[in-house]
Amino acid sequence: MITIQQAVKTYKGSDEPALKSVSLQVERGEFVFLVGASGSGKSTLMRMVLREDVPTTGSIHVLGEDLINLASRRVPIFRRRLGVVFQDFRLLPQKNVYENVAYSSKVIGKPRAFIETAVPDVLSLVGLSEKAKRMPSELSGGEQQRVALARAIVNKPDILLADEPTGNLDPKTSGEIMDLLQRINLGGTTVLMATHDRGIVDRLQKRVIELKNGEIVRDAAAAGYRDVNTGELPKSEEF
Amino acid sequence: MKVLFALSESWAGIRSNVSMVISIILVTFISLSFVGIAALLQLQINEMKNYWYDRAQVAVYMCTDVSPAAACPTGEASEAEIAAVDAQLTSTVLAPYIDQYYFETHEQAYEKFSEEFADSTVASYVTPEQLNEAFWVNLTNPEQSAIITESFSGAAGVEQVRDQRGYLDSIFSFLNAGSITAAAVAGVMLASALLLISTTIRLSAFSRRREIAIMRLVGASNFSIRFPFVLEGVIAATLGAVLSAIAVYAAVELLVQDFLAVRLPFTSFVGAQQALTVVPWLILGGVILSALASSVAIRRYLKV
Ligand SMILES: Nc1ncnc2c1ncn2[C@@H]1O[C@H](COP(=O)(O)OP(=O)(O)O)[C@@H](O)[C@H]1O
Ligand SMILES: [Mg+2]
Repeated sequence: MITIQQAVKTYKGSDEPALKSVSLQVERGEFVFLVGASGSGKSTLMRMVLREDVPTTGSIHVLGEDLINLASRRVPIFRRRLGVVFQDFRLLPQKNVYENVAYSSKVIGKPRAFIETAVPDVLSLVGLSEKAKRMPSELSGGEQQRVALARAIVNKPDILLADEPTGNLDPKTSGEIMDLLQRINLGGTTVLMATHDRGIVDRLQKRVIELKNGEIVRDAAAAGYRDVNTGELPKSEEF
Repeated sequence: MKVLFALSESWAGIRSNVSMVISIILVTFISLSFVGIAALLQLQINEMKNYWYDRAQVAVYMCTDVSPAAACPTGEASEAEIAAVDAQLTSTVLAPYIDQYYFETHEQAYEKFSEEFADSTVASYVTPEQLNEAFWVNLTNPEQSAIITESFSGAAGVEQVRDQRGYLDSIFSFLNAGSITAAAVAGVMLASALLLISTTIRLSAFSRRREIAIMRLVGASNFSIRFPFVLEGVIAATLGAVLSAIAVYAAVELLVQDFLAVRLPFTSFVGAQQALTVVPWLILGGVILSALASSVAIRRYLKV
């Protein structure tokens, strides 16, 4: 699914690389937490997987595509196989819930018949069937994030990228979003979620990849934010 | 991507940008109208050339007793001198360039003169002997009058060779200057139209940066991201081009045909037919230029 080898990313104008020789492999159907303090390189890694940027050196293969050598006109086609949600929801304020979700299908030219069944399906999956006609400004944060999730999965992506999806939400609402992410994962979608919400990571006991200053310092299956085997707290500036 | 979806996106752009879109329409309207005027002036020149050049003749004026001594030291042209000019006109050297010619006597010249100045008293002061005998020459190609001029200027008994086209050329250079001025104005206006289109497209892209970011995330193709913006510029410019087409056509019908042509019946003017050959090019030009300007603008602004 995702294979990254010795990826280094140095942004223009900064001497310290944001990623220093990162290697990892994610299989189909996995649920992976990407943890680490802010500035540790989580978003940078996500951007590489989404092919918004490419590593300065090293290699990255996602869904069988060599992203460094992927022709730019093929990038949109590649991105259609991924879904993505962010901390700040990124909904279109002048479109209602239904239109926001339908937009991502329309934009890639899905037939009307597909849209007319897929959008209501996915809205009922995230529990927003009743609010299809509402505008984003009339929704709570948790509801907005559920719309964003619906939009990310309406085209049935192979991989879902979630960059701190619960960062703006209270614990109860975060829990609902996590339930949804797990259901999406059970449906076969690979989920890669960046977070520094310790409670969530500890509770779910999924694979955890921890970044620190652009390096992977831990990659453990069925782990918590705190390493269950050693009981040692990850060395993070935040806690 | 569905065309209807692209159209609805363009329409959203136009609505959120009304004043800029109106200025594109106006500037394209004015600039293409000037292009139309420049083109029609050129067609008018052609029209007049076709009309007059066929009728224009080269006159070889023979000497009279009252001719200036510098050209005619021996006074009135002799029979022999006239015969020599006649012979040269039929010679194998000149004959291929000449369509037809005829000789005009003092009496014929006087008749023509009296007719032209029938209402005036001038005719009574002029005697037939004072008017030049002349050979009136129609050339197969009116552009080649220099051959006649060179052959007979300074010849014995010839006072002067005159190409009637000379009178027309000053009118043509006047019209040509008008046409060049219109083209220059059109050029400046077109440049500002292109800049305006590209600025508007960028503003429009900026005001829709959220949508663009989301379109990218969900994998919209570069074409479908850019197309609504290009369409927006093209729609606005096409409206301007259609207005200019209407203006140019109306100017020809109302100003030229219904006004000038009525008052100046002895020449030929551009009409609906010429207007209709210019108008499609104005619209096509507007569409192509705006499509180029907006796709370059959006391509440089939106690197995917
Ligand atoms: N577009 C950018 N240009 C330059 N530096 C950047 C850019 N994005 C991130 N960085 C830097 O890269 C490092 C990693 O950032 P990021 O991947 O956003 O971390 P995280 O998501 O874990 O908070 C930080 O030092 C940040 O300042
Ligand atoms: Mg981040």
